[in-house]
Amino acid sequence: MTNQPLSSSNPRVDLEYRRRKNAEEMRYQVISFTLMIFLTFVAFGVVAIKGFTAWFVVPFILLLACVQVVFQLFYFMHMSHKGHEAPSMFLFTGVFLAMIMVWAFMTIIWW
Amino acid sequence: MSTYAQKKGFGATIWDYLTTVDHKKIAILYLMAGGLFFIMGGLEAVFIRIQLAVPNNDFVSAGAFNEIITMHGTTMIFLAAMPLLFAFMNAVMPLQIGARDVAFPFVNALGFWLFFFGGIFLNLSWFLGGAPDAGWTSYASLAVHSKGHGIDFYVLGLQISGLGTLIGGINFLVTIINMRAPGMTYMRMPLFTWTTFVASAMILFAFPPLTVGLTLMMFDRLFGANFFEVAMGGNTIIWEHLFWIFGHPEVYILILPAFGIFSEIFSTFSRKRLFGYSSMVFATVLIGFLGFMVWAHHMFTTGLGPVANAIFAVATMAIGVPTGIKIFNWLFTMWGGSVKFTTPMYYAFAFIPSFVMGGVTGVMVATAAADYQYHDTYFVVAHFHYVIVGGVVLALLAGTHYWWPKMFGTMLNETLGKITFWLFFIGFHLTFFIQHFLGLWGMPRRVFTYLPGQGLNAGNLISSIGAAFMSVAVLILLFNIIMTQVKNVKVGNDPWEDGRTLEWSIPSPPPFYNFKQLPLVRGLDAYWLEKMAGKKGLTPAEPIGDIHMPNSSFIPFMISLGLFIAAFGAMYHVDDKPWALPVLIIGLVITFGSMLVRSVKDDHGFHIHKEELVQEEKGAKA
Repeated sequence: MTNQPLSSSNPRVDLEYRRRKNAEEMRYQVISFTLMIFLTFVAFGVVAIKGFTAWFVVPFILLLACVQVVFQLFYFMHMSHKGHEAPSMFLFTGVFLAMIMVWAFMTIIWW
Repeated sequence: MSTYAQKKGFGATIWDYLTTVDHKKIAILYLMAGGLFFIMGGLEAVFIRIQLAVPNNDFVSAGAFNEIITMHGTTMIFLAAMPLLFAFMNAVMPLQIGARDVAFPFVNALGFWLFFFGGIFLNLSWFLGGAPDAGWTSYASLAVHSKGHGIDFYVLGLQISGLGTLIGGINFLVTIINMRAPGMTYMRMPLFTWTTFVASAMILFAFPPLTVGLTLMMFDRLFGANFFEVAMGGNTIIWEHLFWIFGHPEVYILILPAFGIFSEIFSTFSRKRLFGYSSMVFATVLIGFLGFMVWAHHMFTTGLGPVANAIFAVATMAIGVPTGIKIFNWLFTMWGGSVKFTTPMYYAFAFIPSFVMGGVTGVMVATAAADYQYHDTYFVVAHFHYVIVGGVVLALLAGTHYWWPKMFGTMLNETLGKITFWLFFIGFHLTFFIQHFLGLWGMPRRVFTYLPGQGLNAGNLISSIGAAFMSVAVLILLFNIIMTQVKNVKVGNDPWEDGRTLEWSIPSPPPFYNFKQLPLVRGLDAYWLEKMAGKKGLTPAEPIGDIHMPNSSFIPFMISLGLFIAAFGAMYHVDDKPWALPVLIIGLVITFGSMLVRSVKDDHGFHIHKEELVQEEKGAKA
């Protein structure tokens, strides 16, 4: 029911509830969007400011990138909503397996 | 509806199969194509055994022997075992979950045609200057320097057929997640559906590494890149890792559906619920998961170092635990059951000791320190044939007998089936048991001949005699199939009389829409439950209504044909042939043009109307 459009003729759609839900959704989106912009500035910042070594900057930016991906998936692609359990399970399994392979390559091929 | 029962001409039948999107017909296509490649791979095996039957034999040359062993392995894994399993998945899985088709019927057809053209492309190498000769693993240090186009056939052919497998796997995943009948929860799915689900998930994660590996190899071979060229700063070990990151999950992709087939057979013919159903599901998922953590046990002697070897050795042995759970559950399913010894049950019964032997040698080769002795000997050959033939091939033969009535509406002859079984079973152990000892006596893998007086003569001769037994068994099976189809005695819904799952509740072969009304599933072994409650069939979960069906399409064939043509262009472009580039372009135009046609043309399918369904029901009763 949460996925029904507001214009739906279904009498069981609670307009008041939908409006509240949408407002809440919008608030989350704005907050995460602001955070993402902020993180992007931070990423530029660490490069621009002198004094950080590459050993700090590269992992730090990668970490920020991961946070951004999570924001993207959960707040803009609605993975936090119900009905996304199977896709998210497959996504995380894929990420996990890919990580193991990268880890193995880094430790036993390109050591 | 009335057209369905009409007799069709030969041409019309061919056209029907070329354009079909029906999962049951695609299953038959997979069965025929897979069977054809199985025979070809089998012939290659026979040539290997003839060459090795006596020392210093010159039945084939050393170069031809390399081509034969490479094509035997590649054909059997990619073009026989996988498609034959896909045949059963396609034929049975949608019926077992109470669906009218797979989620994407068009994509299903596309998957088949991609596999088929990839396989044909690979096998055309025999006639076009030599087959691939670097082993089925095609290790880069050999493959990159192989003369001629053999390896190019391997790379491009597997790339095309691999695409087909990948989209087939995704299709099964979506089908199982989204299209289960009302009441068919995950924990009520038959074990064959569960293993199809886990194997499809493994396909989803395992095939991309193969695609990457093949792409890198393609760039090295065809476009002058140096990913695997050590002298140019590349790393030849990367291919081995990429191949085995795919290759190890691949063997579990093969064995899990085989486990599923046997689980169905054990519970059907023990006339008992599968013992420890939930632990079977757990073990299946765990095997699927662990299957991705062990690939480097194929590379112990590559020089990974003791820590990596130890980690992968322990992870490998861990897989023995869920597999053991399964073995005991099958034994306990039979325990106290009223066991009926049909042909499929013969295979299932024989599978347990055969597979356990393969498992035991598996733990032996998983011991990294000991593997330095076993590596590249016939011991390893014996081990993997025990798990693949003793597991997968026995399952395929069992499944053929078990589901033949559901797929074709006729029953294979039981006596001939049992003769096939005994010949195959004896031949299998005769061929491969002695190979353990040949390996321990020091016979290396992949040698095209050996000298007399090294103690290898008798063992090799015994092994070759066993291969003859297996060949005769397959010929009898073919004879059985032809006889059965010529006699064409039709059977009813549940010809084994002990069917437990939904596929046995509908006619054999099922009507093209499968279920007139989707069934209401009230528990595990849904059909058995209803039979025990004294009912004839499943309670419908919906009133009779219009059924939406997809239209047939020739486009999947064309998309695959385009890639097949383009592969020739890509391959001969290296030789500076003037026609190669145009052929490449024409092929790609056909593929992308067909995809464009598919995208812009609306194809909404058609409806079978309620009245027709009611009419047909009356006709059937009259």
